Amino acid sequence: MSTLQTVCLVAVAVAGTATVLTRDPLRQTVSSGMFGLTLAVLFLAFGAPDVALSQIVVAGVAVPVMVLLALAKIRTDERRSEE
Amino acid sequence: MTPRARLVLGLGSLAALGALLLWAVGGLPDFGHPRGPYADLAPKIMLDERHVTNAVTGVTFDLRGFDTLGEELILFVAALGAAVLLRAQRSERAAEEAAAAEERRGPATTDALRALGAVLVGPVLLLGIYVVVHGALTPGGGFQGGVLLAGALLLVYAAGQVAGVQRVRPVALVEIADAVGAAAYMLVAIAGLVFGVAAMDNVLPLGTTGSLLSGGTVPVLSVAVGVEVTAAVTLILSELVDQMMLRGRE
Repeated sequence: MSTLQTVCLVAVAVAGTATVLTRDPLRQTVSSGMFGLTLAVLFLAFGAPDVALSQIVVAGVAVPVMVLLALAKIRTDERRSEE
Repeated sequence: MTPRARLVLGLGSLAALGALLLWAVGGLPDFGHPRGPYADLAPKIMLDERHVTNAVTGVTFDLRGFDTLGEELILFVAALGAAVLLRAQRSERAAEEAAAAEERRGPATTDALRALGAVLVGPVLLLGIYVVVHGALTPGGGFQGGVLLAGALLLVYAAGQVAGVQRVRPVALVEIADAVGAAAYMLVAIAGLVFGVAAMDNVLPLGTTGSLLSGGTVPVLSVAVGVEVTAAVTLILSELVDQMMLRGRE
């Protein structure tokens, strides 16, 4: 295993732990996106660029947007029930 | 259950899971030496018999193209379902009022975000198109490029221009693109049946290895999936955005 691959594995472990330890959903969206991007670099380092691209679009675009929209929806609903 | 018992149970389960995972990892084949013949055979077949340099896309759109047909139709139906479910609660009038209210309110985002969104739209759009059309040559393909293209439209939204998004994603056009992408894949599959020997047969000329149009039906299917995925993701997300905006104003 090369140095780059080892560095990537450590980065994934750190980012994954950070995501678990983040409690606020809004911040967690950002940290889980970062976790997804470290995974993408890991796949690239292990010679799977196609999987890395899929990982980037799913973890970097699709999932954060879905979560953000859901959070925004919950907030507007809460604001409405307060009024 | 007391907190202490829960802790003991949790830690015990975690330790057992960890041991199982370590056992499984120990049994993995060495890196770069997968078991089975397919890892060596697939790139060779794709290169020799299909003139496709990216074996992953080649397998997705040719050797296992029938699986991809099913996947594409799943996404098509999912987008259709999301649109039907979310749109039933919205009238044309409410949508117009919401858009008007949004324009009166002006952009709610900061200048920095709007500038960043505006700067990134072009490059992301270009990258998405590149990833879709070069699927047969370099890593990428219709699925990845399609989500990137939908992401470019989202950047327009992030730039705070809801009115602008209404213009760049006319819902009717997105719906038509969704259907056209799915239909194009079906037609290519049927073309194999008509002009070749079986459904999904690669009936187009294979071209020169490494050129943009090499691989016969592979780049065609990649573009079809790219169009379908762009439209489907845009449709699902824009329906969600509309829901979010409308609900706050009812």
